[in-house]
Amino acid sequence: MKIKKLPKMIISLNKDSIPVSKEQDAVFLKNRVREVAVKIKMGLVNQTRLITAASELVRNMLRYGNGGICLIEVVSSGRINGVRLTFSDKGPGIADISQAMRDGFSTGKSLGLGLPGAKRLVNEFDIKSKVGEGTTITILKWANG
Amino acid sequence: MSTFGLIQLHKPGSYSLTFNLYPSLMSINTQQLLQKKKKNILELWMRNQLADEGLREDLISNEELRSQSEELITALVSNLTAENSVDLNSDEWSPVVEILGGIAITRARQGFSPRETGNFLFSLKEALLEVLQEEITNDPQALFNESIKINRIMDNLSVVTFETFIKGREEVILRQTDEITEISTPVIRLWDGILALPIIGTLDSARTQVVMENLLQEIVATGSSIAILDISGVPAVDSLVAQHLIKTVSATRLMGAECIISGIRPEIAQTVVHLGIDLSNIITKATLASALAYAFKSMRLEVRKINTVQKF
Repeated sequence: MKIKKLPKMIISLNKDSIPVSKEQDAVFLKNRVREVAVKIKMGLVNQTRLITAASELVRNMLRYGNGGICLIEVVSSGRINGVRLTFSDKGPGIADISQAMRDGFSTGKSLGLGLPGAKRLVNEFDIKSKVGEGTTITILKWANG
Repeated sequence: MSTFGLIQLHKPGSYSLTFNLYPSLMSINTQQLLQKKKKNILELWMRNQLADEGLREDLISNEELRSQSEELITALVSNLTAENSVDLNSDEWSPVVEILGGIAITRARQGFSPRETGNFLFSLKEALLEVLQEEITNDPQALFNESIKINRIMDNLSVVTFETFIKGREEVILRQTDEITEISTPVIRLWDGILALPIIGTLDSARTQVVMENLLQEIVATGSSIAILDISGVPAVDSLVAQHLIKTVSATRLMGAECIISGIRPEIAQTVVHLGIDLSNIITKATLASALAYAFKSMRLEVRKINTVQKF
């Protein structure tokens, strides 16, 4: 007899949205992310990775998207917990996502590691963008992933 | 943000259209009456304030409180005319609003709580209503109308007080933010020719500028050849922080000094590698101690334990 494996459902347990419009909000956001990560017993290394990724994305949002909203969620899939962050802005949007995801590409004068670096730091990374409408980036980090 | 949203809902003046049913009443009765009873009101108000459990004698003396109260009451009573609507945006009210704003800001700076500042005004309202009740005994309708008007004016004044109070508090916060930026970038002389700069908190563009300026200035002033940037207190190193660090190191090198970055914690090291930041042409150490040891070595200095010679 074969047991069919069900796709794992991800349930959101706890939601909190934080508006980001200036640099000080980014510090507050990072502290909130840390609090949530500590609460689900995420290890120090993963915490730092998640916060660094959040820091990159919130900076992009401030710099290119004129600020936006970050949704912090505690998610659960089976027995493991994680933190999911959704950054949405109403900025100019990204025309070529694959170009933006390349190491070293930047329209500003930065190192061009923000988006690709953030992707490497988390377990799941999703980017949606429409020119003229804005960008939404979702990242997910499991507590022990 | 939400506080301001709340205030806007109760924006002073939003009642102005709804009330003016008995404009003549105020002119004959209340204004003169309150003018006449000013002393009484002040006494009542002071009594209310002094009886309040939350009286802060440590922050404000009774004489000061009395002169504050008297100033406000004088301005308030002389502005209670029939022509004045309860619209506080009108010019007639500006002296009252100004005095009240002054009081609120001073109180915010002195460290009064919002409740205490609120009670200051609410106890005045009670005193005013009490006097009205004593004086208008034969006409309940008039008493009711006048009380409503007083209430509305005082409510609007409370809103003004809180707006100003919060502004005062925000000023305090902004000033503290500036102070923190200034005091948090000290350049320490560890040894002759060795400088250390501990960085605590997030490095943003503005702070990097301050750090870099202080460091370069101090290199010139002390003629140092080695600078140690300690980032143990930086919670996360993202690409922008790294970029700022690289810039600081390059600038230091241009000045002819060597720059070591110390205090790289294990989790920071892993994160930097994942991000793909190349720090390989910068000398980095895990602790300030090992950075200092490296600095000693490159300056051909040695720290040794003294061979204690025991004398008998």
